[in-house]
Amino acid sequence: MLESLGKLVTESGFAGFFSNPDGWRNLVMIAIACVLLYLGIKKQYEPLLMVGIAVGCLLANVSSVFMTADGSLPDALYHQSLWDAFLDNTSPYYHSYGHIMAHGGLIDILYIGVKAGIYPCLIFIGIGAMTDFGPLISNPKSLLLGAAAQFGVFFAFFGANLLGFDAQQSASIGIIGGADGPTAILTTTKLAPELLGPIAVAAYSYMALIPMIQPPIMRALTTEKERSVKMTQLREVGKTEKILFPIVVTIFIVLLLPSTAPLIGCLMFGNLLKETGVTERLSDVAQNALMNIVTLFLGISVGATMVGSRFLTLDTIKIVVLGLIAFAFSTIGGLLVGKLMYKLSGGKINPLIGSAGVSAVPMAARVSQREGQKANPSNFLLMHAMGPNVAGVIGSAIAAGFLISMFG
Amino acid sequence: MTSRLILGIGDNLLDAILGYAVVFIGLTLLMTVIVLVGKAFTTKKAAPAAEQAAAPAAAAPAAPKKLAPGSAGDVKLYDTDPRDAAMIMAIVANKLDKPLNELRFRSIKEVK
Repeated sequence: MLESLGKLVTESGFAGFFSNPDGWRNLVMIAIACVLLYLGIKKQYEPLLMVGIAVGCLLANVSSVFMTADGSLPDALYHQSLWDAFLDNTSPYYHSYGHIMAHGGLIDILYIGVKAGIYPCLIFIGIGAMTDFGPLISNPKSLLLGAAAQFGVFFAFFGANLLGFDAQQSASIGIIGGADGPTAILTTTKLAPELLGPIAVAAYSYMALIPMIQPPIMRALTTEKERSVKMTQLREVGKTEKILFPIVVTIFIVLLLPSTAPLIGCLMFGNLLKETGVTERLSDVAQNALMNIVTLFLGISVGATMVGSRFLTLDTIKIVVLGLIAFAFSTIGGLLVGKLMYKLSGGKINPLIGSAGVSAVPMAARVSQREGQKANPSNFLLMHAMGPNVAGVIGSAIAAGFLISMFG
Repeated sequence: MTSRLILGIGDNLLDAILGYAVVFIGLTLLMTVIVLVGKAFTTKKAAPAAEQAAAPAAAAPAAPKKLAPGSAGDVKLYDTDPRDAAMIMAIVANKLDKPLNELRFRSIKEVK
């Protein structure tokens, strides 16, 4: 009886926290998962993704303490060692999905969708189906603001290199400045999969914090007079133009930079479903069911990569700091080009719409609207800011395509 | 694992500048294409309108459609319930402190 009780105690997860060499790290990660759950549920920081990421982190770390004497983790939902072998070109299981399927847990199998770059692309179909590119088509100059707001990507890329990260890791850290979760995940999976956990958490946390990060920068870089500029009404965009847009963008951008094909192709495919008017059922599925299912799988599998032994490092702190710098400098880049356009247009363009050039649709556009209305209560910038906002999605996909083609 | 690349400061800076330039060039070219396509469409729309204006009027030219006093204009609604639209227009008029019949709403669209 006592022997059985003793066996039960020594084989429990609680004992594992002390007997397993990385047990304490798992314990810390469980606490971090609870903090992320709090942020997602109570503070509503990107809850659809954050709750999934937190639960993935929790499940991976709770199940990782059951290590057997030979060092294997038979009951774990996620096995870091399987993925290390998958990425190691000296291993017999290099790039072997079969090995993962045969020996992996539930989250290992879900993670195949991340590793193969399937989930970010499917999410882009949903984003495309939910996005109205009308404001961008009626004001194509918005694309310049979307380009300018990628400044943070390359600034953080430069900074990360200086801090000792290699080129692939720096590129993955830099793309946090694109303020686009799926793009950050796809780029990191391809270039530096070992950093996926901290980069995904930083990207989604900062996206949720945009209403706090951007306004002080916006007020510091613009004058009251600039912020109160009222912009003229946008022209109406016809249906044919809206249908042509995704086709033209796909052909043009993918021919220009083939590595953008997965993201741009899926984004524009989703948008085409929305605009054709004859594929309403598909558009509805892409916007709702597909988006929700993929978000569920993506969140839980990305969260599972936050295993204590990999996450609790100095690099994670550096990534969190660099991510904030990337976001701030992307906002600065957009605002500065916005100010330039204000000067060149003779005061007709409100520079606040420049900060919406970081993707984060539609949060960044709402921040521009709110700041514009604070300066002039009769100011309605939302539709004007949506142009740079959706241009930022295309811009960050091009930035990601460039980084993948350079360092992939 | 794929081989990892360590960049010197010079190469690092050059890559960063090159990357930013590629994004700018790509989107500037795309802007040009969209402007050209947009121009083609606006010219197409303008052509029939000009033809109509030039055609000799068989009957007396119809008087331009006058908006009834008290109207906020013809509002096009996209994915918006008429009750919501009415509420939005009332709020805007209230915020601007202007009577509704002095405002013209062209369209109201739900931003998803």
